[in-house]
Amino acid sequence: MPAANTKTMSEKLNLKTTPTVAEAPEGFSGQGFFATSIEKAVGLARKNSLWPLPFATSCCGIEFMATMASHYDLARFGSERLSFSPRQSDLLMVMGTVAKKMGPVLREIYIQMAEPKWVMAVGACAASGGIFDTYSVLQGIDRIIPVDVYVPGCPPRPEQIIDGIIKIQELVGNESLRRRNSKEYEDLMKKYNME
Amino acid sequence: MYQINSDRDHLVVTKLTSQFSEAIESHEFMADMLCITINKDAIHKSLLFLRDDTELQYNFLTTLCGMHYPEKQKLGVVYHLHSFVNNHRIRIKTDADIDDPTIATATAIWPAANWMERETYDFFGILFEGHPNLKRILNVDEMVDFPLRKDFPLEDQTREDKDDSMFGR
Repeated sequence: MPAANTKTMSEKLNLKTTPTVAEAPEGFSGQGFFATSIEKAVGLARKNSLWPLPFATSCCGIEFMATMASHYDLARFGSERLSFSPRQSDLLMVMGTVAKKMGPVLREIYIQMAEPKWVMAVGACAASGGIFDTYSVLQGIDRIIPVDVYVPGCPPRPEQIIDGIIKIQELVGNESLRRRNSKEYEDLMKKYNME
Repeated sequence: MYQINSDRDHLVVTKLTSQFSEAIESHEFMADMLCITINKDAIHKSLLFLRDDTELQYNFLTTLCGMHYPEKQKLGVVYHLHSFVNNHRIRIKTDADIDDPTIATATAIWPAANWMERETYDFFGILFEGHPNLKRILNVDEMVDFPLRKDFPLEDQTREDKDDSMFGR
């Protein structure tokens, strides 16, 4: 058998088969100690243990199911555990067309999520209404809730969704601990008529 | 399989005409089905007759939906009836003035008409007299328009990012 065929799937894809340890942030280390800022330590923990809340309304939700399944395996990025309760989730993933009648439901779910929380709009419909330029469809979820990352595509492939997750992780890891108490954040919430 | 049965079509027309001669506005054969237009004042009586007559027995309401004729300033309802006993289908039409779009409900004849009439009210604004729960079923409750009327603009009116000239408008 030729040598190229003896490679396992994970070797071909250049994936590590052993569990990876997250990269340590900048800091001071010496014999038996490591010191860094609390912000960096918290960011490190948060970004590698996001609990997504899938709000899947159409075909983008099917792509998300593939993203969560064994082949693409979102668990590799620390998002093994989906939360179907908004109370315990960090990341709201809106995947699919949101009808205007569904708008208040989505807004309620966002309000029910505990801070800190992030939102990802997956696909053209969640980002802009997509092809559904019609009276019954919300023309982008950012009209009712703030969005952190937009993933384009109709629907986006699982790789794109993973790319969106990595972008969210960058935001989470680098977020200032005081951001949610800032004036800017308060103004943003006011813009959406939220406390 | 359903087959066109012109003898039955003939029977339906004869029976309906003998019962409600002045209410039958027209009848024609179109799209593989007999289509009878009935005045809205007699619609309840004639639908009941079609269901209960021992020879006809249109016991099943396949569907019901609205129509809008902007040039005639009229709204209409079309009923598709199916007789399981005779395996025969017919289409019944009726219309009402757009300023007074009231038509008698068919919910007492076929309970299946309940949601269909709500949908027809929701999209065309036809008021079904005697309906037990005539409120919107698909659109948001706050909506004031009837979106499937021809004069309603279907595109979302709140978008600012669309340049009409790029869409040939």
